[in-house]
Amino acid sequence: MSLRRTAARRRNIGLVALLVATVVFILPFVFILLMAVKTKQEASRFLFTWPEQWQPWQNLVDVVQTRNYMLLLAYFNSTVITVGAVTLLVIFGAMVGYVLQRRPSGWNKVIYACVLVGLMVPPAVVPTIWVLQGLGLFKTIHGMILIQVAYGLAFAVLLYRSFIGTIPRALDEAAIIDGAKPLQVFFKVILPLLKPVTVTLIVVQSIAIFNDFTNPLYYLPGKENVTVQLTLFNFQSQFQSQYNLLFMNILLVTIPPLLVFIFFNRQIVAGMTTGGVKG
Amino acid sequence: MATRRSPYPYWFVLPAAVVFVTLFLVPTIASLWFSLTRWDLLRAEFIGWDNYRQFFKEPFLVQGLVNTLIYAVVTSGVKSVLGLLLAVLLTSGIWFQGFLRSVVFFPVLVSTIGVGITFAALMHPTKGVINLGLGSLGIDGPAWLSDPAIALYSVAMIDIWKGVGLATLIYIAGLAAISPEYYEASRIDGATRLQQFWRVTVPLVRPATVTVVTLSLIGGLRSFDIIWATTRGGPGFASDVLASVIYKQYQAGFYGLATAGNVILFLLIAIIVLPLTWWFNTREVDL
Amino acid sequence: MKTIRHSAALAGAIILAAGLAEAEVTLSVLIDNNPETISSMEAVTAAYTAANPDVTFDIEQRTGGAEGDNIVKTRLATGEMADIFNYNSGSLFQALKPEETMADLTGIAGQANVLDSFKQVVTANDGTVRGVPFGPAMGGGIFYNRKIYAELGLSVPKTWDEFMANNAKVAEAGKVPVITTFGDTWTSQLFVLADYFNVQAEVPTFAADYTANKAKYATTPAAMRGFEYLEAVFKANYMNEDFGVAKFEDGMRMVATGEGAHYPMLTFGIGTVKQNYPDNLADLGFFAQPGPDAAKNGLTVWMPAALYVPAASPNQEEAIKFLDFVASVEGCNTMIGASGASGPYLIKGCELPADVPPAVTDMLPYFQTDGMTAPALEFLSPVKGPALEQITVEVGSGIRPAAEAAALYDQDVEKQAKQLGLPNW
Repeated sequence: MSLRRTAARRRNIGLVALLVATVVFILPFVFILLMAVKTKQEASRFLFTWPEQWQPWQNLVDVVQTRNYMLLLAYFNSTVITVGAVTLLVIFGAMVGYVLQRRPSGWNKVIYACVLVGLMVPPAVVPTIWVLQGLGLFKTIHGMILIQVAYGLAFAVLLYRSFIGTIPRALDEAAIIDGAKPLQVFFKVILPLLKPVTVTLIVVQSIAIFNDFTNPLYYLPGKENVTVQLTLFNFQSQFQSQYNLLFMNILLVTIPPLLVFIFFNRQIVAGMTTGGVKG
Repeated sequence: MATRRSPYPYWFVLPAAVVFVTLFLVPTIASLWFSLTRWDLLRAEFIGWDNYRQFFKEPFLVQGLVNTLIYAVVTSGVKSVLGLLLAVLLTSGIWFQGFLRSVVFFPVLVSTIGVGITFAALMHPTKGVINLGLGSLGIDGPAWLSDPAIALYSVAMIDIWKGVGLATLIYIAGLAAISPEYYEASRIDGATRLQQFWRVTVPLVRPATVTVVTLSLIGGLRSFDIIWATTRGGPGFASDVLASVIYKQYQAGFYGLATAGNVILFLLIAIIVLPLTWWFNTREVDL
Repeated sequence: MKTIRHSAALAGAIILAAGLAEAEVTLSVLIDNNPETISSMEAVTAAYTAANPDVTFDIEQRTGGAEGDNIVKTRLATGEMADIFNYNSGSLFQALKPEETMADLTGIAGQANVLDSFKQVVTANDGTVRGVPFGPAMGGGIFYNRKIYAELGLSVPKTWDEFMANNAKVAEAGKVPVITTFGDTWTSQLFVLADYFNVQAEVPTFAADYTANKAKYATTPAAMRGFEYLEAVFKANYMNEDFGVAKFEDGMRMVATGEGAHYPMLTFGIGTVKQNYPDNLADLGFFAQPGPDAAKNGLTVWMPAALYVPAASPNQEEAIKFLDFVASVEGCNTMIGASGASGPYLIKGCELPADVPPAVTDMLPYFQTDGMTAPALEFLSPVKGPALEQITVEVGSGIRPAAEAAALYDQDVEKQAKQLGLPNW
């Protein structure tokens, strides 16, 4: 095939692909944007039209002020849960992955089995509520953080174990000879070297936990405990005929992951591929 | 030399183990017991297999089971196939390739509830943009989310829209791992592009395929968010899946029945995914 | 000079202390998202705050129907309920285990104003009264558009066949005969539930037998008719195009503005029209659901929803004081002022204004004649399954035949009856 024909193909297919991708993937987001800036009457018509009247600021204020600034509380809660859970996941997951990879023993099979179970088995929700109630953790933010950790450990351990294999033991041994205790070896030598996979884990899990709807629905009922997704869901009832506010809410909820995506685009792609294919 | 304490102490595993065992393993094991009871969180009255009998007797509970299977197979199947095709397209050097990769992946990152609400508006039978667009082409669009015959598939389509980017990404990585030598060799042997695809690409991208199929199958079987955000399992029970059935029983206060549903879901995943993984791992690739 | 300043400071301090001594309370309120409920609650809370400035309210809305029921149940079970919430009376009230979950309101002053007929439906098994009425009594029947009836020369049907005949004429004229709004699934139950007057006219012991597990929907032809009506309307293609996603507010709009001729609904819908389409209020009419027999035509009546205070509320005292106000004549008049009267209120001395909408005038004669009303089944029997509205959506959408659906519903109530621990199940 001649070079010019290949180049032309690449351009033409690229253009067609761009058109299709725009219609399929980008248009829904444009729709959200348009609905979010319209007035109540215009938004209720669901049309894909340019707004006749713009009121983005007004809508934003209305949504944020609803029910005593509930959205701000929700943002706070979601952020606390996400940051708390991801921090623990990084530390705990790396610790387990480290021991798993470095110290072959009978226990490894058990841990592998647990990882498999953790990836596959759907959480038993009502018994979990029962356990949480027994521990006094039901309806608490710290309870929710621990739940997210429990559900995310399998993936974290998998990711870390596979990556630690690339760190030569010589580094550990050098540190041990220098008199470092196990914790110091781990935190001072190993963990810094795990930065790439840690970044991947942080990005992936942050987005997953921030977007999580089902788990807070079951384990975190209560006005003081609202998360961002729950607020969006509940506001369907609150804004029943105010679609402009509902979509402004959607916009506000999708922005944090969008920002994370824009900043960490490369890391996400890199991390997903190493973890996904090798795991 | 005295016995050295390992620099990789067992207790490193302890914090993770405590959290995992208490908040995951214990409830899972407890669910086996509670599924055999009539439970209201305070009292659990043993009733044997009644909950399970109910699940397989009541038509709408059975329908939830069937729908779960259909939903999982459809979403997993389409994501796998479409993901691979998109990955091939997006690694072939066309214009805008990098941008398109991001565009395809972006829906994976956004709020499921947000996606659900948006598509419910887009799919409105008379006011929705999709049907208005079809109408301008002269096609009478169906009631996507309220026609019982297609509601489940409409929701599956939304799921695929949201998740295909992840499959594509994994496949792109898998494709990158295939050494160009294989393509060279096959081209020298006179293979067409289509033959190259079937004989070289598909077999060698198997690790990615396994990952994609397994992840999307498990995800599809457990799916809840999008269904709940769009149809709540309706119209009637047409788009109910196990996860939404479990939630409805939980809401109605039938905790034993909800837990039985959980056990059934777990068994379903185990029965489908384990043999599949085993089958994938035992197939040889002849080069 | 110094003395004056000191006195002023002292006076100021005393006033400040006095102000602080009256602690500010914010009572949380959970109500359904019905326009009439919202406007009544906003009016009555505003009036209360005007009289008691240190008490403010935070009002949250929830969906109605089975999902709303479940939200209420779950929140009560997890101790997450607002200080005040509205919910049905009757068997749905019983299903919440009021002796355990709600505050006792038997002794409050306001109960003296409440009609006995209402107290019955908010009395728990231990004989205590746990709620106050919120809103007017409701009739379940069919709204109709007067203009369409006048144009086509139709008269109010007294039997189901007459109703269908009217529908045929409406269809010919190009309007929607029976407006259907399955987007709010709870609205699909009306044909089944509002038919109860006709059921008990034929089978007076149905309620008792049903509770004792002796009578079933599937085996009682009179009871099955409600399901059959849904099926008939679907088969005759009398519904609006977007019936699967249209909502309650769309339904009221369509019947008031004349897009459609009939809308099976409870009479609180009048409040919605009054708020959103006041110019069309005069065109709205109402009649009871017709059955097989013109001679036995009467209205199925719902007691209004009630306001309750959860036992776990940290602000029980203040909340109960508020309920006292709601149960007073002043509270009642405030609600009527805001939402209009869509039916008789259950507070003694709270009279309907002279200028009630025509739909209400249509409804009152049923109340004024003996034997022309019957309470809905949920007030006579605690047995009501959670899946009814999904089953009725199925019948109304042609997914499931009526006979099967009735049998399915019988199965569904079994779960509820067993969970309630009723004998004989």
